[in-house]
Amino acid sequence: MTLSRTRLLIAAALLSVPAAVSAHRMWLLPSGTLFSGTDSWVTVDSAISNDLFYPDHFPGRIEQVKVWQPDGTPGRIQNGATGRYRSVFDVALDKPGTWKIGTEMSGVMGSFKIDGVEKRVGGRGGPPPAMAGQSGRPAAGTPPLTVADIPANATDVQLTETWSRNEIFVTAGAPTTTVLKTTGKGLEFAPITHPDGLVAGETARFRFLVDGKPAPNLKVTLVPGGKRYRDAEGARELTTGADGVLAIEWPAAGMYWLNATLTDSHATLPRATQRRMSYSTTLEVMTP
Amino acid sequence: MRLSSLALVGTAIAAPATAGTINVTIPAQSVAEYHRPYVAIWLEPAAGGPARTLALWYNGKPGGKEPGTKWLPELRAWWRKGGSSLALPANGVSGATRAPGTHAIPLPADLKPGAYILNVEAARETGGRELVRVPFTAPADAGRAAGTHELGSVTLTPR
Repeated sequence: MTLSRTRLLIAAALLSVPAAVSAHRMWLLPSGTLFSGTDSWVTVDSAISNDLFYPDHFPGRIEQVKVWQPDGTPGRIQNGATGRYRSVFDVALDKPGTWKIGTEMSGVMGSFKIDGVEKRVGGRGGPPPAMAGQSGRPAAGTPPLTVADIPANATDVQLTETWSRNEIFVTAGAPTTTVLKTTGKGLEFAPITHPDGLVAGETARFRFLVDGKPAPNLKVTLVPGGKRYRDAEGARELTTGADGVLAIEWPAAGMYWLNATLTDSHATLPRATQRRMSYSTTLEVMTP
Repeated sequence: MRLSSLALVGTAIAAPATAGTINVTIPAQSVAEYHRPYVAIWLEPAAGGPARTLALWYNGKPGGKEPGTKWLPELRAWWRKGGSSLALPANGVSGATRAPGTHAIPLPADLKPGAYILNVEAARETGGRELVRVPFTAPADAGRAAGTHELGSVTLTPR
């Protein structure tokens, strides 16, 4: 009885913060990162799955993908298509230099109580289908409540600002750094080693920033692709130094997925008490 | 007047001053589908520093919009060490791909004395890629190394 009750509570806690506990990884996989001339195209896979880089769960949403040309101005994706497990799109690399391609998402999620009934803000909207319509719960398919929907007499308002970036860097010709400029907002990747200049056996140095300041003791997960062909996942849990810098020696060439997450109390949205930030990128490491 | 200008032209062509010769062997491959490899030959100061490309053999017959440079990043060491920022075609550097055999490339005469690494990288369509490195000290050293599949012997002979 006590045990099952505890389990229920844990299950409820897990349900309320799906993004934080889910192992599902959002990833972008470019066909290459180094290109020649201004007549090359990169084709990119976008998906959400546990294992890298196997699209076997959900496709990425390409309407959210943005392109930054080497001069920092917006570019565009072409030939976008979404399949059952994977989305695909192309970018014509018609200007020399380093391009950035990816998604920036922000939102708010949490809960409040009104007349003793808990309501959720943000997320997918509505309860799971099995619970829809039960005891005052909204029907399935109801759009999620927003901060503006919180009534004045609500109690126990708990809101978390969520913020995530998932991006890749591809270079036509010589690498440039305009698209690597940081904005000073949220959790950011500020590479010291160019992300398109990574070589097996060499050490790369990446700095992470929070609101423009170095992020010390930040947990970073690094997962090599190709899990199906080895026993261990091979993920490495790394931590940035006091200067926010992470030094990574690459054991082998290949594609790597990097993710950093940080939760702090410096929310920027009104009424939000927490801020949860995530940064993901896919890096290609070449043979020497 | 006419004679002297001819003489000047003659001098310019006849005297590409060299400090030695690099011989690079491209091995014959016993394969069904053969394409000549792209080859980059460059010098790097042994202590690190900018690379100096001596020769680049790539697409000999580019057509249409394609300038023949699309596959150059396959020479991935050369591409990283400065190939990506080299404007092509480059005078005295760019050339067509070469057939199997031994090819001689002059070592430039203006090479300052010091320790260098001679790099020869080959990448072949539907084939492999190989990098051969020969450390030497200019101007006096000879050097020799050999590849195992995409490159044969690489020798450096001072003048």
